[in-house]
Amino acid sequence: MESLIAGLAGSTILGVNLVELLGIIWLSLKVSVSALAIVTLVGLPLAAFLALKNFPLRGAVINLFNTFMGLPPVVVGLFLYLILSRRGLLGFMNLLYTPAAMVLAQTILAFPLVVSLSHAALVKVDPIIRQAAMTLGATSRQQAVTIIQEARYGILAGVMAGLGRATAEVGAVIMVGGNIAGYTRVMTTTIALETDKGNFALAMALGIILLAISLLINLALRAVQKMGRTESGIILWD
Amino acid sequence: MGLTIEASHIFKAYNGHEVLKDCSFVFDRGGAYALLGPNGSGKSTLFRILSLLERPDRGQVRYLENGRFISADLNLRRRITLVLPRLGVFNTTVFRNAAYGLKLRGLAKGEIEARVNEVLDMVGLTKKRWQPALGLSSGETQRLGLARALAINPEVIFLDEPTASIDPVNIEIIEEIILTVKSRREATIIMITHDPGQAQRLGDHLLVMKNGKIMARGV
Ligand SMILES: Nc1ncnc2c1ncn2[C@@H]1O[C@H](COP(=O)(O)OP(=O)(O)O)[C@@H](O)[C@H]1O
Ligand SMILES: [Mg+2]
Repeated sequence: MESLIAGLAGSTILGVNLVELLGIIWLSLKVSVSALAIVTLVGLPLAAFLALKNFPLRGAVINLFNTFMGLPPVVVGLFLYLILSRRGLLGFMNLLYTPAAMVLAQTILAFPLVVSLSHAALVKVDPIIRQAAMTLGATSRQQAVTIIQEARYGILAGVMAGLGRATAEVGAVIMVGGNIAGYTRVMTTTIALETDKGNFALAMALGIILLAISLLINLALRAVQKMGRTESGIILWD
Repeated sequence: MGLTIEASHIFKAYNGHEVLKDCSFVFDRGGAYALLGPNGSGKSTLFRILSLLERPDRGQVRYLENGRFISADLNLRRRITLVLPRLGVFNTTVFRNAAYGLKLRGLAKGEIEARVNEVLDMVGLTKKRWQPALGLSSGETQRLGLARALAINPEVIFLDEPTASIDPVNIEIIEEIILTVKSRREATIIMITHDPGQAQRLGDHLLVMKNGKIMARGV
């Protein structure tokens, strides 16, 4: 393993250091997947709650999430910067210019998207499904689980759209991450800043990889949507 | 054994339009009832109320066992079932659709399998059990609806137009299934149909929905 790394350390592609490249890709994936994990863990129960429970101001909350779906990343970056900076509300945590700050930024950006899309998928489930569940003896909790199962493709599509937004985002991440080499440098920020410096080889290499990842996410998204339409495919019932 | 259903003075209105008006009737345990009546006369509404899916505006539905009223809780709800006119097929396999009610009741896997295989065999869907249920034809879908309902061994089964808009062959198959259920004398059968001939073939008691009330229509 060590000799492998040592061997890679010297090697370059198009003048790009391979270890550096892999490090950047690895951090990007780590940050985006962490953000998505948080979004999913908190966002999906919230979406289910919004879709299945009635409470005052529910419509307003849903509207809020729909509006925040299109949050401009630089605005999120700015607010997060102010909150995380030394004199900010969370300044004491020293999170500015750390990977954690980037995770936070991507979480905030992907959260409304995932909540909105999952919520839309849940409310789209035919009301007859709930009735059918009732006729077969489902408790209200079991009815809710059944509706969530019926919406699984739409929810999955929402989560993947969130992952897409998280990996492609640059504005907020650059502001709170700082693009520090070997520490907070991710694919998008590297592309943005290396292009600025005229270092096109690295930017291009990362651009192509990022594109490939986006393509992969999109293909998976299409596949999931298609499965939902043809009513075949994966079965998450057990 | 057996549940008797007593509907007394049921009123139900939608948007000011009275659908059920002082509707009273007693369905004796073990009987087979066929309910006729024009579209929009409130048959489906009555079924949703009788099967405890919906509450009436006024009046009450009570279930009796051995001459005593029993409370309308989950336990009772799980002893009765309604096969909806538009089924609400779950987006999963035929097998899992049929197993749904048993899974809700927390039965053991082996028990579920045995029971599901039995009912799928009864409705002739054994070969299709691993297929997506939403890919079934309308006749097969209706049969799956019966299997899904019968799997839970209901003591009362409400059938809302079980043979509407399906082909003659499937109508015959479904009538056979209902007759089999009837011959076993394990469940009270209450069905809605538009076909007087079918009502004669399957029902012991013919009822008509008229002016928001149920009326007997001879034997
Ligand atoms: N959930 C509902 N909301 C509003 N109107 C309804 C609802 N259910 C039934 N109705 C109305 O009640 C009347 C009776 O409907 P229904 O019980 O379905 O009749 P049937 O089954 O005899 O054709 C119809 O006019 C229908 O439009
Ligand atoms: Mg009807």
